[in-house]
Amino acid sequence: MSVRIGVLALQGDFAEHGAMLGRLDAEPVEVRQTSDMDGIAGLIIPGGESTTIGKLMERYGFREPIRDLAQSGKPIWGTCAGLILMARDVGRCQPLLNLLDITVERNAFGRQTDSFETDLEIEGISGGPFPAVFIRAPVVRDVGPGVQVLSRLEDGTIVAVRRGRLFGTAFHPELTGDTRLHASFVEMARQA
Amino acid sequence: MSSNGSVSKNTETVKRGLAQMLKGGVIMDVVTAEQARIAEDAGAAAVMALERVPADIRAEGGVARMADPEKILEIQAAVTIPVMAKCRIGHFVEAEVLQSLGVDYIDESEVLTPADEEHHVAKSGFDVPFVCGCRNLGEALRRIGEGAAMIRTKGEAGTGDVVEAVRHMRRVMSELRQIQHMRPDELYAYAKDIQAPLHLVQEAAELGRMPVVNFAAGGIATPADAALMMRLGCDGNFVGSGIFKSGDPAQRARAIVEATTNFEDSALVAEVSRNLGEPMVGIANSSLQPEEMLAGRGW
Repeated sequence: MSVRIGVLALQGDFAEHGAMLGRLDAEPVEVRQTSDMDGIAGLIIPGGESTTIGKLMERYGFREPIRDLAQSGKPIWGTCAGLILMARDVGRCQPLLNLLDITVERNAFGRQTDSFETDLEIEGISGGPFPAVFIRAPVVRDVGPGVQVLSRLEDGTIVAVRRGRLFGTAFHPELTGDTRLHASFVEMARQA
Repeated sequence: MSSNGSVSKNTETVKRGLAQMLKGGVIMDVVTAEQARIAEDAGAAAVMALERVPADIRAEGGVARMADPEKILEIQAAVTIPVMAKCRIGHFVEAEVLQSLGVDYIDESEVLTPADEEHHVAKSGFDVPFVCGCRNLGEALRRIGEGAAMIRTKGEAGTGDVVEAVRHMRRVMSELRQIQHMRPDELYAYAKDIQAPLHLVQEAAELGRMPVVNFAAGGIATPADAALMMRLGCDGNFVGSGIFKSGDPAQRARAIVEATTNFEDSALVAEVSRNLGEPMVGIANSSLQPEEMLAGRGW
């Protein structure tokens, strides 16, 4: 049976995540209001501008429902802006979900001309390196107890983390043709 | 658990990717650091750093050029969201200057006075991505052929009249629908007719959409205008004079952001449109002389 995966659709590349889910055995649901979360087995918080998404999330009262979803054991995955929103601390004042005990630095590589693509080994993802697209990307500077590091750049910078069923990636699997991360998320949602 | 270390910068994926991150958002024209902060606080996905907004360019006349680099640096320092800036059509040195300042996107814009009446900037050679205006699919695909990583309608900037943006978006979306139903051999003749690179016509036909992100721009002044453009199929909105030439810019900016997100929810558009204060005064496009129209600039 196809599993319903919510994609927070307040701003950003939610349609790209939806297209990836559509290629798998999953039914993407665009979440614009908290009532759109009814019956979803997992939630993706997409790339976009974290300040824009955060303000709209606050405006429409998403903070508690998303924290409740996490509490109920459903998987949540943030990409780039989504990772920022899931963090505890980003070094400045902006609305955050505080779902992962991590400190994130925004725009850690600099401006757009410092954006890049590379290949990453990601723990738990077999079949060779994963194509990773970093766009004005954040990085994880510090992880709290219980947060597992899934991937690092060559210089040791943390770019993917997990705690239980909560995931954060600094890069954008939804901009590649590689569905392995989405497939593993859908599988986890199915089992949760 | 290590990367193989090989890093590629400034690829098409990365250039087009930033525009994908702006989707569903509003990019606001600002002329000061203070306005940039108001825009960011209101939920802007990016700001366009300018010397003068289009309504003032229109009112004051004269040659409109790239903004003072000092102004752009001030605005970059004030916000964490992407900062775009405009260069004149064909003015590749202004584009190089903007790239050296580290702007996140360059708008090669008909709102400024064109520097070249035949050639646009050869955008593929730049590290920084470009957005360009269009009135139809052929113009959009010519710009993408030159290296644009994002497209917007031209609309008629600085008027507060959405009619030209609607005309351009309807035209583009209609042409995209037409090519999806063409036989492969018809695409050759069509590409010739609309003076667009064949491979991009084929790509758009295959995808059933513009090969890059496609925003609306030019004359958007109200939350309902923003929602209208989204309903016509655009990916997000540029709002120029419409915000900081209105009575209460912060509130109007927030309302336009919300209407862009919830464009299908008319009750919400109604709610955010209440008591917004004075919109920008506006100039009806039908009252403009042909030589006063900016959208005809660009080739």
